[in-house]
Amino acid sequence: MKLLVKSGRVIDPASKTNRITDILVEDSKIVSIGKPSAISQQPSAIKVIDAKGKIVIPGLIDMHTHLREPGHEEEETIATGTRAAAKGGITTVCCMPNTHPVIDDQTTVEFILLKAKNEGVVNVLPIGAITKGSLGEELSEIGELKKAGIVAISDDGETVMNSLIMRRALEYAKMFDLPVISHCEDKNLSKDGAMNEGYYSTILGLHGIPKEAEEAMVARDIILAELTSGHLHIAHISTAGSVELIRQAKKRGIRVTCETAPQYFTLTEEKVSQFDTNTKVNPPLRTKEDVEAIKKGLTDGTIDCIATDHAPHTEEEKNKEYDLAPFGIIGLETLLSLVVTELVNKKIISLMEAIAKVTINPAQVLKLNSGQLKPGSPADITIVDLNKKWKVENFVSKSKNSPFLGWQVTGKVVNTIVNGKIVYSE
Amino acid sequence: MPLKSKDLLGLEYLTKEEIEHILDTASPFKDLFTRSVKKVPTLRGKTVVLLFYEASTRTRTSFELAAKRLSADVINITVSASSVVKGEGLIDTGKTLEAMKSDFVIIRHGMSGAPNVLARNITASVINAGDGLHEHPTQGLLDIFTIREKKKRIRGNHLKGLKVVIVGDILHSRVAKSNIWGLTKLGAEVCVVGPATLIPQGIEKIGVKIYYRLEDALPGADVINILRVQLERQQQSYFFPSLHEYTLLYGITKERLAAAKEDVLVMHPGPLNRGIEISSEVADGPSSVIQEQVTNGIAIRMAVLYLLGGGG
Repeated sequence: MKLLVKSGRVIDPASKTNRITDILVEDSKIVSIGKPSAISQQPSAIKVIDAKGKIVIPGLIDMHTHLREPGHEEEETIATGTRAAAKGGITTVCCMPNTHPVIDDQTTVEFILLKAKNEGVVNVLPIGAITKGSLGEELSEIGELKKAGIVAISDDGETVMNSLIMRRALEYAKMFDLPVISHCEDKNLSKDGAMNEGYYSTILGLHGIPKEAEEAMVARDIILAELTSGHLHIAHISTAGSVELIRQAKKRGIRVTCETAPQYFTLTEEKVSQFDTNTKVNPPLRTKEDVEAIKKGLTDGTIDCIATDHAPHTEEEKNKEYDLAPFGIIGLETLLSLVVTELVNKKIISLMEAIAKVTINPAQVLKLNSGQLKPGSPADITIVDLNKKWKVENFVSKSKNSPFLGWQVTGKVVNTIVNGKIVYSE
Repeated sequence: MPLKSKDLLGLEYLTKEEIEHILDTASPFKDLFTRSVKKVPTLRGKTVVLLFYEASTRTRTSFELAAKRLSADVINITVSASSVVKGEGLIDTGKTLEAMKSDFVIIRHGMSGAPNVLARNITASVINAGDGLHEHPTQGLLDIFTIREKKKRIRGNHLKGLKVVIVGDILHSRVAKSNIWGLTKLGAEVCVVGPATLIPQGIEKIGVKIYYRLEDALPGADVINILRVQLERQQQSYFFPSLHEYTLLYGITKERLAAAKEDVLVMHPGPLNRGIEISSEVADGPSSVIQEQVTNGIAIRMAVLYLLGGGG
């Protein structure tokens, strides 16, 4: 089976490619990226996608997704979550281990990989738990998890509060070349909190989560990364202080990478004012100054990746008192459009840099061979109409908890190709 | 002039004119209390539901009396004996009450914003009788009504030049929040004083001054509003070392009161922790208007029901 993506503008940050050309795919791999004339001589038993006027980029990698299966299939399944990803141009999702059971053993990893093979439409790469049950008490069998197929370890949502265990995790994971992904939140400082601490939490009467709850842990983990030389990846950073701590750490040569999510460069805490629970997310929406600092961190390269932290929750769970509603918003279907609309079109970062932060950069953090367009690479390709405007609605995800519902955005995925197969067409 | 919203969720959402209109409307209702027949037919045929998820004596009784004096039918729902204990959520409970054609749902809830959530899910008027740490608008209104009456500040003369000091646990106090919104909108100078651990972040942006020492806050005070120490919140979160120390630093005694103006009003939303935030000598003394606050509460709640019911 051959596939020719014809006459699109191929943009590949890994090779700094930016030109109108064709891509030939055979079976699951990219065969060649070449001059239109050279490839157009191929025999006619080829499926051709006309990408004229569109951009052709590596399939997106979302390194922070909650697929909810096993355990919370009412919120999302591997089948629905991967279809939502495909609609968003995402060809690889890394699923967080806070499922039921937690991804802390080989059996659960194998279950997810099997489900993904049978029912999924994009690549699913599990992230294993740092500690058994993500309870923060004893290390998971990280070596065995690695053999089973995990690409990183994290106790996402449950910060490893015990500094000694975090130290051991960073040291131990080094042997397997696995990054340790840290959700930085001092659980004592954030206790009972529902939103960012400040003027708005005061007038709304909601318990606050101070930005320092994040920053104190970012600082601790950087110090432990320096001690251990382990690879620390900090998840969803949301504050100016975190950006600065990581900027300084990188200058000192510490092995730290990080990601942010679209809500942290688009929304502020003011959004909570109507007690709309689709604004309840952890870390919480912060201030205008924080949003500006996140953008600056994206511009100067301090922030390596943009991930979704796609966290589906049902209408029943979300339509209730703010304190009772769970944290989390969905993001797979809006990631690329928000990056284009809010970062590229507003000239915060170039298109090339923006694509890097959702393709090759997460691939490098996770040591994947995808995220780029070159002969021999997996044929994970996304075709985007950069100028198309659309309204955010009709989610494919099983859950609808998005604060971006109704937004007018620019840039729409036209086709998503995973391992040479077209898994989404507009 | 009816109110703009169908609901009363907080004083943050009201204009200065709306607040004054409620206060003005309450005065004739208060006059009614001195008559032998204390009832008017204004809300005859209307149904008022009291939905209280938290314990309450004075607010609940006050709303019930207010509704009855307006001739409404009043239903009291005791949450502990309702389908809520079977797991029914707030919105479903609200929809059930709506299906029974209730015109008003008066809600007290432990979580901030619960009345806002209810209000956008039902068409009946929702009145907030205190939600979490957010607002307690009728308490704010009755406090301001009491201040206006005692200080003879009628309409057009607002509360300019008046210094109101709110003492204690500002962080957990919905009473403080509603007072601050209402008083600042009407032009009063508002100061808060309490342990630094109980002064919430950013409160100065509403336009209040922050003090940590009583002796700095009290001089020149026209009104002192003393908040209840919320003993139930004190346990796990290390706000202050002991009640003994709290009383030592913030307890209002006759001696401390001398720093304020001679005609200072002492207010307290109740229930009192006598001997902790307020001495009995002060609570029962000549400056105290605590009992009148309770009386005025009924008049304010009648005015709110009347105006939300389309009157005015």
